[in-house]
Amino acid sequence: MRIPIETFRLQNGLFVSLSEDHTAPIVAVNLWYHVGSANEPTGRTGFAHLFEHMLFQGSADVQANEHFELVQRAGGTLNGSTWLERTNYFETLPSKQLELALRLEANRMGALLPAMTQQKLDTQRDVVKNERRWSMDNQPYGSWLEKLPALCFPAEHPFHHSLMGSMEDLTAAGLDDVAQFFATFYTPDNAVLSIAGDFDRTEALRLVERHFGPIPRGGRKPPLPDMSLPPVFGQWKREVVPDDVMLPRLFLAFRSPAFGTDAYYPASVCGAILGLRNGSRLKRRLVREREVAAETTAFTFDLAKGSDLLVVDVTARPGVPAEQLEQEVALEIDALVRDGVTDAEVERAVALIQTMFVSSMQEAGERADKLSLFATYFGDPNRLNEEVDRYRAVTTAQVNDFVVERLGENNRASLVYVAREDAPGELVGSGAEAEER
Amino acid sequence: MTAVPAVERAPRPVPAPPREYHFPRFERRTLANGMQLVVARVPKLPLATVVVLIDAGAVCDADGAEGTAQLTAKMLLEGTDSYDGAELAERFERLGASIEASADWDAAAITMTTLVERLPDAFDLLGDVLLTPAFRERELERLKAERLAELLQLRAEPRGLADELFAKFLYIPGSRYARSEGGDEASVERIDRQSVVEFYQRRYLAGGTTVVVAGDVTIDRAEGLVDRAFGKWEGRARERVLADTRPARRDRAVHLVVKPDAPQSELRIGHVGIPRNHPDFFPVNVMNALLGGLFNSRINLNLREAHAYTYGAFSGFEWRRQAGPFVIHTAVKSDITDAAAREALFEVDRIRAEAVTPDELSLATNYLTGVFPIRFETTTAIAAALAVLSLHELPEDYYDRYRDNVAAITRESVFAAAQRYLDPAAFQMVVVGDPNTVRAPLEAMQFGPVLLYDVQGKPLA
Repeated sequence: MRIPIETFRLQNGLFVSLSEDHTAPIVAVNLWYHVGSANEPTGRTGFAHLFEHMLFQGSADVQANEHFELVQRAGGTLNGSTWLERTNYFETLPSKQLELALRLEANRMGALLPAMTQQKLDTQRDVVKNERRWSMDNQPYGSWLEKLPALCFPAEHPFHHSLMGSMEDLTAAGLDDVAQFFATFYTPDNAVLSIAGDFDRTEALRLVERHFGPIPRGGRKPPLPDMSLPPVFGQWKREVVPDDVMLPRLFLAFRSPAFGTDAYYPASVCGAILGLRNGSRLKRRLVREREVAAETTAFTFDLAKGSDLLVVDVTARPGVPAEQLEQEVALEIDALVRDGVTDAEVERAVALIQTMFVSSMQEAGERADKLSLFATYFGDPNRLNEEVDRYRAVTTAQVNDFVVERLGENNRASLVYVAREDAPGELVGSGAEAEER
Repeated sequence: MTAVPAVERAPRPVPAPPREYHFPRFERRTLANGMQLVVARVPKLPLATVVVLIDAGAVCDADGAEGTAQLTAKMLLEGTDSYDGAELAERFERLGASIEASADWDAAAITMTTLVERLPDAFDLLGDVLLTPAFRERELERLKAERLAELLQLRAEPRGLADELFAKFLYIPGSRYARSEGGDEASVERIDRQSVVEFYQRRYLAGGTTVVVAGDVTIDRAEGLVDRAFGKWEGRARERVLADTRPARRDRAVHLVVKPDAPQSELRIGHVGIPRNHPDFFPVNVMNALLGGLFNSRINLNLREAHAYTYGAFSGFEWRRQAGPFVIHTAVKSDITDAAAREALFEVDRIRAEAVTPDELSLATNYLTGVFPIRFETTTAIAAALAVLSLHELPEDYYDRYRDNVAAITRESVFAAAQRYLDPAAFQMVVVGDPNTVRAPLEAMQFGPVLLYDVQGKPLA
């Protein structure tokens, strides 16, 4: 499987990737802005995500809610999402509607501010506060996505603070913040545009140039501080969170090589060996054999700057206390460090990853999103065609080197959820405190 | 910002004839043992998805043994006569095959996706899974414990809890639909190896089974693989089992499930809907898209974009062989629970009081016809669509005629669907939330009596 890819750069710095595929009359348009929660100024946690909501509130030539309406009326799907390092916006439409998507995206990149009003900001602020309540505050374990990075990254590090943001910071955000954030980060030279599916390349380039070409290049973007960190935490970090939950759950994180680096692939394979699907090591050991866990999984955050996190996520079986759960998981990790992984385990993990990757490439939207990812982080969307080979090249010895270097006791962070009534007395109500062990 | 791209005001799409698209061609064959084989050739990438659809859904559970269907389906992947559960998982996964087994209300399904070069080996394993499951005691006890863990988790998970209890309050006690799809504590405890084996022998029959293959495979090759894997399987299809779809009560009520100090209320409003294979499926589907199916639906624009009560508010018919629920669902800040419910009810009244505008109608019909090709980009989606065809006994040209059927919907047929299939007088409302904040305002709404329950659905005094 080889995906055709062509790349271009407009005068204003916009990077464009094209990937043609004419099997169905569908086209996907995908924009990544190289800005995420890591770029938020002090006192404005959650702003990158709130800003993403504002991009659906219209622009100079588009009314509020018209963006959604126009794309859906054209028979398309759309959405946007915010992550620590990037924000993306995407549409998949009937191929005849390519120009509509480009016009809408260009209009909000070039002329968002005329449409911004205090009322729209107030409404979206409340919508986002409700999103926070829904996904975190009223959801068992929901706070993990803000507590784990807080535990794993130093206080001054851009990955430390909450992506969803605090209620106070969301309240404090004003229209002047919208204007400044827009002028700083939503510029063509800080974005990549990817188009995948059924289009004519000459026509597509003409449309891209026509709609995005006149948008002026941005000014200087405030650089992120040095994101690099030592390869290990240097200790076993630990935090216990009393929450409205029925079963203890452990998020055990390891600092791991940054996404997309050569060292990332053995780490990613290690994660799959530990936690991907039914034949994974943790499933076999903790769910099947030891019968101490109800669910297990493992994943990486896929952070491309400085360092990434590999996370093992295990929920206890009823009757298994948090301390026992944590011990049992630690014993498995210790055994992995001591004995290493087998060739068969690597083979299983790589085979699954390969099928998942090929499978995901069936969708135009997914192809466009991956082109944007590799263009944003590495300036090289052709990396997409190297992914399978990079995984297939991972050796058992490389995984074992990673395991020895990164899974030891000096590089672990435990975020432990316990039922409120089971929490040790002195910890109740002080969920934010980290303690060392 | 200074320069602005030269975009015409209100960039409305110019209607252009869409390039031709048709749902992938498929063929159907009946094998010697009575199995149905449906194959869609999708040569885009070297992949294939296989769905084995068995007439062994949760509606087949015996009274008091709810959960047997789901446990039986899951047990298929927990070991065969040749391999234990761990070995079996490893064998599939070393082929790069992702495989899942589950049972929903209507059927049990095994879904497998793999690269075509590994399809023969994967098919052989699949044959073992269906023909020689071992149903080992220890694995069954483990799966039961995992189900009990799920049920325990549900008590603290307001979204899932609201869905579960909504069904319980909706259907007449004794209806299979009123009890949890995967069984509850009492029923799961009662299931033993014998009941699973008997369920398997009674419902897992070649005659009641459809195998769907979508991918880079011809029907002759697929038939060869299926014949080798399943050829020895026997049994004629049995009669379908039906659930009792009568509602629990004729009058409206608010069922308040107590979750003290909850920052949001999970809100469900609805009643018993209609079956999937219903002659008015298309007008009902378009009507629902406008009421609460689309992002720009009336309910979401009202509750989210106009009032900022919620992150999202939607409505939907749950499509089953028999009448599943129609439900409006949202999560709203606790102190405006009554106001949000009032706005949702207002939108139901409004769509029943006057026809939607031509502009609204075209939004829904253009959307549903336009996204049609986008829904079938993957072998998984195509195989699932073909499974739906078999499951609900839809016509073979259903997908070919789908867009014409949507385009034929008129404002009048949407209006008639709203009047006929939405019945506010029969609504039940479920709120999982903080009684100190929501109880008095809900009572003041005079929607119906406000009844209190604990998180297991037991009435509180």
